[in-house]
Amino acid sequence: MTTRLDLTRSPRTLALLRSRWAQFLLRAITLAGFIFTILAGLIGSVVGSHNFAIIFVWIAWWTALKLAFIPFGGRSWCSICPIPMPGEWLQNGGILQPRGRAGIGLGKRWPKSLRGTWMQAGGFLLIGLFGALTLTSAKITAIVLLFILVLALVLSLVFERRSFCNYLCPIGGFTGLYAQAGPVELRVKDADICAAHSEKTCYTACPWGQYPLALKSSANCGLCMECLRVCPSDNIAVNLRPWGSDLGPKTKHRLDEAFLGLVMLASALVDSAVFLGPWGQLKSAAYNIGSPDWFLFAGVFLVIALGVLPGLYTASAWLADHLGSARASLRKSLAYYSQVLVPLGLIAWIAFTISFAIVKFGYVLPVVTDPLGWGWNLIGLSKSAWVGETTSFSLILQVALLMVGLFWSSRVARRISDTIRQAAPLIAFSAFITLAMLWLLVG
Amino acid sequence: MRKEGLARWIVIFLVLAAIVVPLGSWWLSRAQGTQIEMHARMPENGGWSIDTIQAKVGQPIQLRLTSDDVVHGFAIGKSDMESWVSIFPGEYVETTLIFEHPGKYTFYCTRWCGPNHWRMHGDIIVTGEGDPIPSDPLPLFLQYNIDIDAPHYAENIPGSPPSAERGARFSNRLPDYAIDMQTYLLTSPADLWLKLRSEPSLSDLSDMDLWDVVRWIWDRQNSSRTQSLGVKLFMALASAAHGESGRGDGVMVRGLPVMDHSRMGSGLVRPPDFTDPHVLLGASPALLEGKIIRGGMGTGMPSWGSILSRDQIHSIISYLYTIAWESIK
Repeated sequence: MTTRLDLTRSPRTLALLRSRWAQFLLRAITLAGFIFTILAGLIGSVVGSHNFAIIFVWIAWWTALKLAFIPFGGRSWCSICPIPMPGEWLQNGGILQPRGRAGIGLGKRWPKSLRGTWMQAGGFLLIGLFGALTLTSAKITAIVLLFILVLALVLSLVFERRSFCNYLCPIGGFTGLYAQAGPVELRVKDADICAAHSEKTCYTACPWGQYPLALKSSANCGLCMECLRVCPSDNIAVNLRPWGSDLGPKTKHRLDEAFLGLVMLASALVDSAVFLGPWGQLKSAAYNIGSPDWFLFAGVFLVIALGVLPGLYTASAWLADHLGSARASLRKSLAYYSQVLVPLGLIAWIAFTISFAIVKFGYVLPVVTDPLGWGWNLIGLSKSAWVGETTSFSLILQVALLMVGLFWSSRVARRISDTIRQAAPLIAFSAFITLAMLWLLVG
Repeated sequence: MRKEGLARWIVIFLVLAAIVVPLGSWWLSRAQGTQIEMHARMPENGGWSIDTIQAKVGQPIQLRLTSDDVVHGFAIGKSDMESWVSIFPGEYVETTLIFEHPGKYTFYCTRWCGPNHWRMHGDIIVTGEGDPIPSDPLPLFLQYNIDIDAPHYAENIPGSPPSAERGARFSNRLPDYAIDMQTYLLTSPADLWLKLRSEPSLSDLSDMDLWDVVRWIWDRQNSSRTQSLGVKLFMALASAAHGESGRGDGVMVRGLPVMDHSRMGSGLVRPPDFTDPHVLLGASPALLEGKIIRGGMGTGMPSWGSILSRDQIHSIISYLYTIAWESIK
């Protein structure tokens, strides 16, 4: 097997992970930041580039998530996300309490029919359909954030654990999917110790409803470290691992992962076309929600996300199956081959992000010094924003990244196929997506 | 449990700080209110956030201006271009106004912010002691009863570019009326050329010599300062409709039908092409002044009478003739 570096072997790191304080303080700060963002969106400047809500959510955080948190920490953002915090305070009867104590809430189980990442994918589609407005209007951003905060709170009073994060949060879906490619995992050290331990305190404590012994993929583990804190045998490891470790012939994948992966890919393509493409009409169609043009845009978006891409993917999976030696049902093949979509989509999103992050990052400092866009100068900066230019460096970087993505997804395709013949249709699918992204980003 | 209590206080403190800091400063900035904060928005988005500003003679008012959408500008009608203020989206700019005369002033947007840009104006009512605002003289087209909507297409135009320098050689042979200010104001270049052509004393001059003379007469009415002011005003205020070259192809009029005198008032039109010398050489300064003051009723051209001073209007007119002269090939 591949190499792992267990961070808990260092006593200092272990102490840091075991203590609830470090994580709690970070979450308390992100919660305050989240609430400040909502207020800034509601009462601050209507000019997006001068409002903390737009710049911090859609430039700083959204970029950091895709360029830092996921590629270097998997679901590390989930471990400091403030959204479930108020609900968990009530559920657990305290902030520094593990799960399982008496708290407030009905504690119902999430309905079986609503499990999986289907609704997260649906949420992501909604973000895409209304994205042009949400991403530019501070007020709408604030309303969406407030809605999410309240929804997570209400759901935590009705259902057990982090139901919102597990089944509804679109970012949870996004992060979970691509965390499979990330270099961090939480696993048990010795399976025998767990087998002999009948109380399963780790499962009881897990806000995500995971049983660490059964963890094969990092998709559903939010890295909250609750299991590590309650394990009586110190049997939980936090490993640094090679990228893409969850992708291979032995890991299990479900059909909803394929759907999520395709929706994310379609969103990366459509967002690239709307925000970076030279088509003014497309931009205004995406922006004018409710207009006939917007319905056309929404229709085309949905056809791509739910028709064209799934169709192409299904065709490649079917072909791969027929070119391979062992036959599986189409449903199983679609789920199994969905691993190819993970590196492909992750790198497409990173390349898309780089194209605007370099240009827009100059807006971040000005909104720190004047978060509400009222002409303040809190940290004494020169007035106007430095706006970067798309340099040839960023273009080369994007091309190189997309090539890495194609190589990576092809390697995954090869690893999960018996022969190169079997992998060929999946590699062709990846090449098609890469070409489309190249055309949209570099043109 | 002490740790739990501390954690709760930390959360409550941070969340309260996140709420109190923005709300509190919002309330403070409202309560102090020594300045007037005015937001500029395209007319489709609501226009100026304040329609009417009240002021007192001699008492400065401080304006804090910002734009909620695109780049706008702020100026008081008939003020110098140097006092115009640009307003960039999301940024604040401050300006202080002080008025010497009681009366009604106009403020307006100096940037072509959109198709309804010309609707972006408001009033400043200044009360107090003092002489009223000096009024402009009656427009020439009213004084002399000129029909400014009549076609003014010049039949005769020069065959090659006229030169004021060459024209100056004949200046001592010209009849008195030719160099009279009144003649300049009320006569089109083409009409003056016809009139000079019929002068027996000038019958030895060629047609081109006479065009050189007309050009000289036109140029001597306008200093280079007037010219450069005219260019600046034209570019700032008119080029969005008339085009930077005066061709009538500005960004705001693309796709509109070309102006046609027989169908005036039937809807928005594109302005005529000033680089066609027939258009402007057939118009007198008085006629152009009238069109600028009154605006083109129904054509989409705004009325500039309350916005530009008479000097500013005449500097634009002088620049318009330059366009015409320099378009002759």
